Amino acid sequence: MNRVPLEGKVLNENARVAAELRERFRANRVLVVNLISSPGSGKTTLLEKTLENLPTAEHVAVLTGDLQTENDANRLKRYGFPVKQIVTGGTCHLDARMIEKHIADWDLAKLDLLIIENVGNLVCPSSYDLGEAAKIVLLSVTEGEDKPLKYPSIFFKSELMVLTKTDLLPYVPFDIQEAVENARRVHPEMEMLRVSCLTGNGLHDWLNWLEGRKRAFLAEVAETVA
Amino acid sequence: MHELGIANSILDGVAKEIERRPGSRPTKVGVRIGELAGVDPDALRFAFEALTAETDLAQLQLDIEFRAPQARCRDCSREYEIHSYELICPACQSPNGQCISGDELEFAYLEVEDNEPCAAGRKSPE
Repeated sequence: MNRVPLEGKVLNENARVAAELRERFRANRVLVVNLISSPGSGKTTLLEKTLENLPTAEHVAVLTGDLQTENDANRLKRYGFPVKQIVTGGTCHLDARMIEKHIADWDLAKLDLLIIENVGNLVCPSSYDLGEAAKIVLLSVTEGEDKPLKYPSIFFKSELMVLTKTDLLPYVPFDIQEAVENARRVHPEMEMLRVSCLTGNGLHDWLNWLEGRKRAFLAEVAETVA
Repeated sequence: MHELGIANSILDGVAKEIERRPGSRPTKVGVRIGELAGVDPDALRFAFEALTAETDLAQLQLDIEFRAPQARCRDCSREYEIHSYELICPACQSPNGQCISGDELEFAYLEVEDNEPCAAGRKSPE
């Protein structure tokens, strides 16, 4: 019997494609964010409000993932930005290969921002790098405050947590402080926002965050090129 | 449920290594998985067994090293394991720990038996 060291990541094929994508996104100066949450936390609604409030001159595109149906893409197409549905046909997450395939006929040079809406699932999407600059996790106030402790991987890997449906806070026993503390235990540096897509509260902070993140990304790209 | 895909990727990695070692038979593959990788070890073992059962690889064992995340203290630079997300430095009690690992999902080793001689005429690995 002979033991030999094995190196490399288990998902090295996904990692390879994701690294290529990241390089292309940087070369074309496209900020890519990957939105992840449980089903029903409000990813598509947040996207609708985002697209509704962006100037139409903004160069934004959206990829939205689901197991079945084109429903989300149809909801999002109304705002006039390029939108594509990725139907995974049962797969519980998006992988880098799916992104590569679905952006093939888009001219990345003409984009500033690409928002990827992952399949509703707090577990599997966290293992798959899509070449994004930032993962963003959504947690709605109708879920448990302990979600960050139950699903630590995605909260650990996300740069930002958006608490959604905050208009429901008077009606549900959700302890916002406890949720924030739990998220900070897993990821002390994570940024936090609170948004209600129904009242529009906090939407401005979210749009500002995106704008700021875009500036930071461009500065980072300019620095590595220089 | 993505553990099935991960088990498949582990088998791909094993197949690639065996290609480089003609005549050898894999007996055990070791992987390192961080607690924050989002991979359930039991589900992964189950998927691995399901994929290898009644194949040439039915005897191949999977050894999972499940690792606690590591932190580095920003104040005294001590590195320590994090349990239950407790980021208090055991040396100086500072709460300013920074998580430095925990989401790894990587190969560690492969055990092979070299009992069969190299098949004649087979291309040697590059």
